[in-house]
Amino acid sequence: MNAATAGAARNGTASTWQIRIGGVGGQGIVLASKLLGVAASLYDGKEAVCTQVYGPEARGGAARSDVVISEEPVDYPFVTEADVLAVLFPEAYSKFRPRLRPGGLLIVDSQLVKAADDEENIIRIPATKIADAVGNRMARNVVILGCLIGSTGVVSREAMVEAIRNNMKPKIVELNIRALDAGIRFAETGELP
Amino acid sequence: MVETLSADRPPARIDDEARRTQPRVRTGVHFMLGDHACAEGALAAGLDFFAGYPITPSTEIAEHLATRMPEVGASFVQMEDELASMAAIIGASAAGARSLTATSGPGFSLMMENVGLAAMMEVPCVVANVQRASPSTGLPTMVGQSDILQARWGSHGDYGIIAYCPASPQECFDLTVEAFNAADRYRVPVFILMDEIVGHMTERVIIPEASEIPHVPRKKPDFSPGAKRFLGYAADDDLVPPIAHAGEGYKVHMTGLTHDEKGYPAMSPDTHHQLVNRLVDKIRLNASAIERYEEFELDDAEVVVVSFGCTARSARRAVREARAAGIKCGLLRLITVWPFPEGRIRRLVEAGKVQRFVVPEINLGQLRREVERLTNLPVRRLNHAGGSMPKPDEILELIRS
Repeated sequence: MNAATAGAARNGTASTWQIRIGGVGGQGIVLASKLLGVAASLYDGKEAVCTQVYGPEARGGAARSDVVISEEPVDYPFVTEADVLAVLFPEAYSKFRPRLRPGGLLIVDSQLVKAADDEENIIRIPATKIADAVGNRMARNVVILGCLIGSTGVVSREAMVEAIRNNMKPKIVELNIRALDAGIRFAETGELP
Repeated sequence: MVETLSADRPPARIDDEARRTQPRVRTGVHFMLGDHACAEGALAAGLDFFAGYPITPSTEIAEHLATRMPEVGASFVQMEDELASMAAIIGASAAGARSLTATSGPGFSLMMENVGLAAMMEVPCVVANVQRASPSTGLPTMVGQSDILQARWGSHGDYGIIAYCPASPQECFDLTVEAFNAADRYRVPVFILMDEIVGHMTERVIIPEASEIPHVPRKKPDFSPGAKRFLGYAADDDLVPPIAHAGEGYKVHMTGLTHDEKGYPAMSPDTHHQLVNRLVDKIRLNASAIERYEEFELDDAEVVVVSFGCTARSARRAVREARAAGIKCGLLRLITVWPFPEGRIRRLVEAGKVQRFVVPEINLGQLRREVERLTNLPVRRLNHAGGSMPKPDEILELIRS
């Protein structure tokens, strides 16, 4: 499954990656996209632009983040056809699924989102369970990120670890690195912690 | 002991280094929000005083400065409204502070009376307007570019103005620095016309060493206080008078009434005619030094896209794709919308290669009007009233047609 998905996600759009993460406010959707952008832009030598849409609620409203990562400067900052769509909530799946390009990679938190049975290029990851296992379910967003980079290679693990170290409070850095690695391991081997 | 002020011992700056706990200039490479980059640009430029009333989508500027300004020993005030915000930055600037306010359309409207006051009294100040879909409260969280003409003509009467339109967080930083320098250089209110997409976009921002931040000081009197009468409105050849600050020891008088070289009311049509002409001419005649634009693939272009702010990002993609398809197409990206780079557009027209212009913008044709004023060539428009930005495909279609 995973080698195939990585290949499929890579083939589509040359040197540019369009990534959308969707969920609800409070799940760390915006932070996840920022970490991805920081890793690509500051530590992997790529160009990256991040944009977000979220409601006025601190928690509970629909939230989405777009990250466009490229070898070239990014002009248009929004996702037009996603190479990768990661969803952490049912509404995000139904709302953003049409934006996934044919053959694009879908990542779902399998405990929160019931994706259609006929999805072909999909990783169903029990991200909440994995986050619980590494220490805190709040790290679910970083488990998803680990899965995303483990299956696509869009940014390196080292860059993502730097991004976590420099953008999170010191006391939660190690937890989140564990969450990242657990996500990467699931993408590569399908193993749970 | 009573201390007296003299030019040898200038008054203590508002920005007191003893109170500084964090660096003013965050030198380094950052992944930064456009609004935050504007705030950091202001700090790097030496921002002493901010007064504002938070409003979406500019709130992050005020929020960021509320944390940062105490760290660098500068003053942040949350005001009761936008009228007071604008008045406060004029007052602070008259006392020598580099001053900023930040707002969006509804607040920008409320500031307009005092924008005219700043223009008339020639008090340098900077206003960041993160544009959202307007008129009125419109779509508070969504993009607009519809304050372009308001920025030029919003306050009553004739006056010159400068307005920058950043298209990226990096430019939010760079152009905020430039805005402060232009305000001080020309004694004029300067606008940073951002938009919601650029303000809420996160991208790499490189902040240079403090010593590499350009700094243009205000033009000061060239004699000590009391040596002779200071004339705060006697302009030099560049039409910009020197400025003395309240408290420095010079006699300073400022008024929104028509005034003479001393700044005293002088209610005659002749004085008024001269003064207002100078307010307009000091920008108009210095325009070539002020105006900024970026050219992309313009040399042999038969179709020229004129664009600014976030829309220019779509336009650049469209031009790349058109070039790839063999269409001779280029982009003139306006970095200052005011002064409007008339000369560049006239030269393009006179060179005879251009067959038509394309003007995409998030309003119903404000910039197109400016382009049309300068040419008889067709000017194709792509307008959205707000809430959504023109997509590269839509612009490409117009380039092809």
